[in-house]
Amino acid sequence: MLKSFQIGGVHPAENKLSAQKAIEVLPLPKTVFIPVGQHIGAPAESIVQKGDQVKVGQLIAKSSGFVSANIHSSVSGKVTKVETGPDTSGYPKKGVYIDVEDDVWDEKIDRSPELNAEITLDATAILAKIQDAGIVGLGGATFPTHVKLVPPKGMKADVLLINGVECEPYLTSDHRMMLEHTEELIVGVQLLMKALNVNRAAIGIENNKRDAISKIIKTAYRHTNISVVPLKVKYPQGGEKQLIKAVTGREIASGALPISVGAVVTNIATTFAVYEAVQKNKPLFERVVTVTGKSLANPSNFKVRIGTSIGELINAAGGLPENCGKIINGGPMMGKAVTNTEIPVTKGTSGIVMMPETEAKRGETMPCIRCSRCVSVCPMGLEPFLLMTVSEKQIWDRAEYERVMDCIECGSCSYTCPANRPLLDYIRLGKGKVGALIRTRKN
Amino acid sequence: MNKLFTISPSPHIHSGDSVNKIMYGVILALAPAFAWSVMMFGLDSVRVTLVAVAACMVFELLIQKFILNVKPQIADGSAALTGVLLAFNVPASIPSWMLIVGALVAIGIAKMPYGGLGNNPFNPALVGRVFMLISFPVQMTSWPAIGTSGVDAVTTATPLAILKEGVKNGQPVVEIFKNLPTNMDLFLGNMSGSLGEISVAALLIGGIFMLVRKIITWHIPVSVLVSAVVFSGIFWLIDPAKNADPIFHLMTGGLILGAFFMATDMVTSPMNAKAQLIFGAGIGVLTILIRVWGAYPEGVSFAILIMNALVPLFNRFVKPKRFGEVKTQTIKG
Repeated sequence: MLKSFQIGGVHPAENKLSAQKAIEVLPLPKTVFIPVGQHIGAPAESIVQKGDQVKVGQLIAKSSGFVSANIHSSVSGKVTKVETGPDTSGYPKKGVYIDVEDDVWDEKIDRSPELNAEITLDATAILAKIQDAGIVGLGGATFPTHVKLVPPKGMKADVLLINGVECEPYLTSDHRMMLEHTEELIVGVQLLMKALNVNRAAIGIENNKRDAISKIIKTAYRHTNISVVPLKVKYPQGGEKQLIKAVTGREIASGALPISVGAVVTNIATTFAVYEAVQKNKPLFERVVTVTGKSLANPSNFKVRIGTSIGELINAAGGLPENCGKIINGGPMMGKAVTNTEIPVTKGTSGIVMMPETEAKRGETMPCIRCSRCVSVCPMGLEPFLLMTVSEKQIWDRAEYERVMDCIECGSCSYTCPANRPLLDYIRLGKGKVGALIRTRKN
Repeated sequence: MNKLFTISPSPHIHSGDSVNKIMYGVILALAPAFAWSVMMFGLDSVRVTLVAVAACMVFELLIQKFILNVKPQIADGSAALTGVLLAFNVPASIPSWMLIVGALVAIGIAKMPYGGLGNNPFNPALVGRVFMLISFPVQMTSWPAIGTSGVDAVTTATPLAILKEGVKNGQPVVEIFKNLPTNMDLFLGNMSGSLGEISVAALLIGGIFMLVRKIITWHIPVSVLVSAVVFSGIFWLIDPAKNADPIFHLMTGGLILGAFFMATDMVTSPMNAKAQLIFGAGIGVLTILIRVWGAYPEGVSFAILIMNALVPLFNRFVKPKRFGEVKTQTIKG
């Protein structure tokens, strides 16, 4: 029996169309728009002005708080303006526009392709490099990694978990990374272990990526403190709480952080970014993005400079399909629909999924037939039908009592509802209201 | 690029499951039992089923169109399913007009006044059936013997009725059993009873179909059957001379039909696995209590309706196992 989390879960059609496509480097764009807020927390403060000449990897916006991250230029060229631009949320967000000229890299970056497996730095120096490089969780949550790696006072990590689950349908960027950058990833894991001061790491990978599992096992066999844990294919296994439960059996208490059970989780792309930052002096300014969709001519995995518009990726993958009705930034379960193709690729962009018109709209909502499928698929053991009802009726204290704040917004309830009810939409509303109430109570 | 894209919150994909698929799936699962009833009771089975389905759908249509003034939703299959289940719970010889009255009660009293699909507290088909049982006690308890139908029908008693009558007259159970069908006959359905309840084998095929297609989960049927077997087994062990064995209870009087098709009605059953297990156990125990001590030989309908009444309490007080209901274990550093 393969390990997995116990409560709930669904298994959507995997549709990993680009799983066999090797990572390709996307040609440089003509211009980029690099937002200064690409992470959870305070946006970075831009330190360049119109007319400035920048190099690849140069710091252009500085971390502005405890939870914040540096932003580096992904191209060389001239800053044309520093103002608002398109964002996935639909609200304009501040960022730096750069016209690309040549491809001049910061001299400090080691551009050689050779593996550098020798770890010379101590924990403090590794953490400093990670912080300088502006690394955030690349799975989509974009929480600054250096913050995660320093446990709060009185808490200690004893195991590092690497999230190689990629449970979202369609997405394959982490899968390709595990196949093509295995050696670097193992070094990245060792760096993270050293930074965290733990002597055990486990890489959780779902069993639909057997090639990646065997490749990593073959590469990591010398490191007895790094184990590979194949997991049963089940969404949302990539959720932090679910992954920790699946791999270690530890259950995080309601409202607590992973560190409360001694675990720290980072995803595959983040681990690779840590390797590059520490061993190659390379800040985070490019990432692998899956561009995919059933009607897309050529679903692909591209290595993309941050700030490139998603339109460039779509064109490189064969152009926007005629019947495209929806473009999703991220996976189809948790990603966000975007309005246009001007949106830039940011640190959190793991994939661009194009849905045909026939799948873009939801079905007609019917009355709840109380089938309880939403309850049985909820990975947090909640009752989505009830949370929706109390949110709809604005009974916020009951919503809090029924643990609306525990919802991880994985979407399993809405996905599974035979009556097409907008369960998660209302639960999000409830979470927002209850969260605000809790904050006012604290003040 | 001037194309407009759809914007909606996640998730952006759907399982493809629908209310219609569930309803028609259940109806399909009832097909083997229907086929068996046609073999046993002839065209009467077809008449009763068609009349019940048509009456339920027409009443729902009329109520939605002329009383509630809403867009008719009878294509969702729920009214049709109520009709089929009502038909399966009455003798094949029932006059059509009585069935129409039953359908009116099921849809017009038990379902639509509460707000229609999804809102009724009691199983509509069972409310219709119990109303008919009380209103037309003679017609509702004279069953055609198997293999006879129409004007030639010979009425007979069901195994449970024979048992109840015998025990009342002080006959030892061993003697009564000489007049009853063998276990194999009970399993296949060579006995008399309501139209759709007689063949355990045909109903099990449908039940397994629903489990495989994930239309229902195992919790309710298994807890109903296990608790009925255990509870009737206790009576049997205490006094085998007065009580029938658990196998007999399991295979007679619509327990299988009730466990797989009536108790599992989504609208009127609890909404998490833990509560469903308690709900099912309650149905099993009440069924046997009514059969052993009650005035009626048969108890499944009443047991389910009584437990239906408790469902809001289950939903309020029996909660699913939450993730994170653990003590915070801090690893001190």
